[in-house]
Amino acid sequence: MDFNFTEEQTMIRDSLARLIKDQYDFDTRRKVVASKEGWRPKMWAQFAELGLLAAPFSEEDGGLGGGPIDAMVVMEEFGKGLVVEPFLQSVVVGGGFLKRGTEGQKAEHLAPMIAGERVFAFAYAEPKGRYNLADLETTAKKDGAGWKISGHKAVVVGAPWASHLIVTARTAGGRRDTKGIGVFIVAKDAKGVTTRDYPTVDGRRASEVHFDNVSVGADAAIGDAANGLPLIERVTDEAIAALCAEACGAMKVAQTMTVEYSRQRKQFGTPIGKFQVLQHKMVDMFMEAEQSVSMTYMATLKLDEDDVTRKKAASAAKVRIGQAGRFVGQNAIQIHGGMGMTDELAIGHYFKRLTIIDSEFGNVDHHLKRYTDLSAADMAVAAE
Amino acid sequence: MNLDFTPEENAFREEVRAFIRDNYPKELMNMGTREDLSREQFLAWHKILGKKGWSAVAWPKKYGGTGWTSTQRYIWSEENARVDALMPLPFGVSMVGPVIYTFGSEEQKAKHLPGILSGDVWWAQGYSEPGAGSDLASLKTTAVRDGDHYVINGQKTWTTLAQHADWGFFLCRTDPSAKSQEGISFILVNMKTPGIEVRPIKLIDGTHEVNETWLTDVRVPVENLVGKENEGWTYAKFLLAHERSGIAGVARSKRGIERLRDIASSETIDGTPLILNGDFSRKISQLEIDLTALEFTELRTLASEAAGKGPGPESSILKIKGTEIQQRLTELTLEAVGNYGAPYARGMDGHGVNDFGVGPEYSNFAADTYFNMRKTSIYGGSNEIQRNIITKMILGL
Repeated sequence: MDFNFTEEQTMIRDSLARLIKDQYDFDTRRKVVASKEGWRPKMWAQFAELGLLAAPFSEEDGGLGGGPIDAMVVMEEFGKGLVVEPFLQSVVVGGGFLKRGTEGQKAEHLAPMIAGERVFAFAYAEPKGRYNLADLETTAKKDGAGWKISGHKAVVVGAPWASHLIVTARTAGGRRDTKGIGVFIVAKDAKGVTTRDYPTVDGRRASEVHFDNVSVGADAAIGDAANGLPLIERVTDEAIAALCAEACGAMKVAQTMTVEYSRQRKQFGTPIGKFQVLQHKMVDMFMEAEQSVSMTYMATLKLDEDDVTRKKAASAAKVRIGQAGRFVGQNAIQIHGGMGMTDELAIGHYFKRLTIIDSEFGNVDHHLKRYTDLSAADMAVAAE
Repeated sequence: MNLDFTPEENAFREEVRAFIRDNYPKELMNMGTREDLSREQFLAWHKILGKKGWSAVAWPKKYGGTGWTSTQRYIWSEENARVDALMPLPFGVSMVGPVIYTFGSEEQKAKHLPGILSGDVWWAQGYSEPGAGSDLASLKTTAVRDGDHYVINGQKTWTTLAQHADWGFFLCRTDPSAKSQEGISFILVNMKTPGIEVRPIKLIDGTHEVNETWLTDVRVPVENLVGKENEGWTYAKFLLAHERSGIAGVARSKRGIERLRDIASSETIDGTPLILNGDFSRKISQLEIDLTALEFTELRTLASEAAGKGPGPESSILKIKGTEIQQRLTELTLEAVGNYGAPYARGMDGHGVNDFGVGPEYSNFAADTYFNMRKTSIYGGSNEIQRNIITKMILGL
C-alpha cells in the first residue's frame, strides 16, 4: 500500500499550481468567464505544452505513461483554481473513450486531442433521461456502412468550445434497455448538428445539441455499437473519480478561505473565529474535505478492479463528495455572512461549482441507489 | 500510489489468520462487544498473545512489542475482527505501557512491562474526577511528599473495570500553587494499597463497567513517579494521542456491518427481507460509505506514521468519525431487530449469560450495546474536545 505521488506527478502538480497562480487568479478568471468565448484557447495550448493533456495516457498512445492518478492530480488543481477549461470533458472522457478505440481512431482523434488541437465534449445526457446512462431517445440507425444520428442532448458541458462530440445513442432495443447502445464520434461542424450555447451557473459553457439525421461513417463508432453501455459506465466512473478530485480542490480552498476570513472578521470586538460554535463548524468542514480526499484516492485506485468493485467505489465516492461539497459550500457561505452572498468574493463561486458537481454524472441519491443495488447483487451472488 | 499488499504482507495475513483460527478460544468467539465478562474471559486472548509475543502490536521490538509495520497492524486488526476477538484491554498495552517505556525509569520498565505484555497484570486509569471531566487539568486529587512516599488523597471516577485491577496509573496534583496544567504528576499505584476503595457505578445498559475510586491517605513509594514530578500533563497528553490512534475501530465496524446485513436478511418487513427495503438498505449503504471514508483516512494516517511522523492531531478525525460510526451501527442494529429490542436480557434470571433469549439471538443485546456505545463520543476526550484540539492544532484558530 502506498499513498505517495511519483516525481512526475509532483512535478505536474507544482508546475500547474504555479501556472494557475500566475495566470488564473480570481479576477482574471472573472474576466474570462464573462468574455464572449468563456475560456482561453491559449491557456489550453499552455496546458498541452506542459504535458497535462498527455499525462494520463500510455506512451504507445502518445501519452507520458501516466494514468488516472495523474488526472486526479490535475483535476485537484483545477478545483483549487476554479479552472473552466474542459480537461474533464476532453481528456478524461474524450481520451477515455478514444484510447479504447481502434488504431485508426487513435491516430485520427487521440493524437490531435493530446496536442490540444481537437477538443471533445461528452453528449450523453438527455432532457428526460436524468442520470440514467441507458435512458436514451437519441438514435443511431444503420445507413449503409455508416450511421445516421438523430436526437437532443442536454447540457453538454464544454460543447461550445469543442470541435468534436462523443455521442451516446440507441442502436437497437427500447428506451432504457441496457443493450443496444452505441458510442459515436461526431464532428461538431457535421451537417445536421445544431447547438444552442449558454453559460452555466458555475462559470462554464454548455450547449443543447440537436442531431438531425447526422451522417457519420462506420469508423465513427467506438467499441461495440450493439453493447456500448459497459464502456460508457467505465469511462463515466473515471470521470466521476476525476470530478471528485476537482471537488476536493474546491473544498480545500473553500475551507481554508473560511478559516482565514474568520480570523480577519471581527464582531462583538473579537475575531469570529474565536467563537466555538463557528470553530466546530469549521472543524466539520475540514473533516469533510479530508474524508473527500480519502474517498477520491479510494475511487481512483480502484478504477482498474473488477466492474462491481469499480462501480461501487465510484458511487461511494460520489455520494460522500456530493454530501461533503454541500456541507462545505453552504457553511462557507454562512460563516462569510453577508459577504458570502456577494458576487465579488471568490467563496460564492466555489460554492456554486461544488453545487453543480453534485449533479454531474449522478447526484447523491442516484449513486446511493446504485451502490445499494450493487450491494444487493453482491449478496445474491454470495448466497448462491 | 497503489492499494496492493506485498507478497510478504499477504503471507503475513495467512500466518495470523491461521494463528487466530488455531488459538482463539472458541467459547469467546463473537463476544468482542460485551462488557460484562469475567477477568479470565477478558484476559484469555491477551495471555495467548503474550506467550506468542503478539500482545503489543504497536510497541517497538526492544520493549517486547512486535515491531510490526502499520500495514501489518492493519491486517492484524482486520483478521481479529473476523472473529470479533476480545482484544487486549487498552489500559496496559495502549495507555500506560507506552508512557512507561517512553518516560519511565529502567526499574519501572523492568518491573511493569512484562506483566503488561503477558496479561498477568491488569491496569486501571485514574484520570477523571467528579469535577474534572473534559477539563481534566482541573483535577484535585493530591499527592503530598512524605519522606520516601507520596500520600495520595482524592476521588477518581469512570475508572473502567477497576474492580479487576492490580495496578493503576493516576494523575495527581503535586504542586497546588502551579497553574492548572502544571503541577500534575503521573504516578503508578498498586491497587491493593491500603486506603483505596473501588465502588461500582451501574450504567444505563445495566453493566458494571466503571467505578468510583476513592483514595484516602494512600502511601505510594516515590519510585512509582513516572518521569519528572509536575510534568505528568505532558505524559497524559502523549497517552491520549496514543489512545486515539487505534480508536477508529474500522475493522470491527466492518464486521458489524456484515452482521447488520445478516440481521436485516433475517428480519422481514411486509413479508420481504428488511435488507431489500429501500429505506433501510440505503441507511446501511450510507453507513458503509462513511466507513470507507474513515478507512481510507486511517490508511492515509498510517502511511504518514510509517513515514516517521507519529500520530498527530489528525488522529482526532479518526476518534470523532470512528465513534460516530460505531454509534450509528449500533443504532441501526437496534432499529433492525424491531420489537425484540425491548426485552432486557440482564434483568432476567440467569442474567449475564446468553442462553435465555426471548427473541432471535442477535436481538439479545442490541439495545444494551446501543446504550453502551453512547460512551464512545464522551470518553478519551469528548468529541467536542477533539474538535477543540483540531481547531487549535490544525486550523490554528
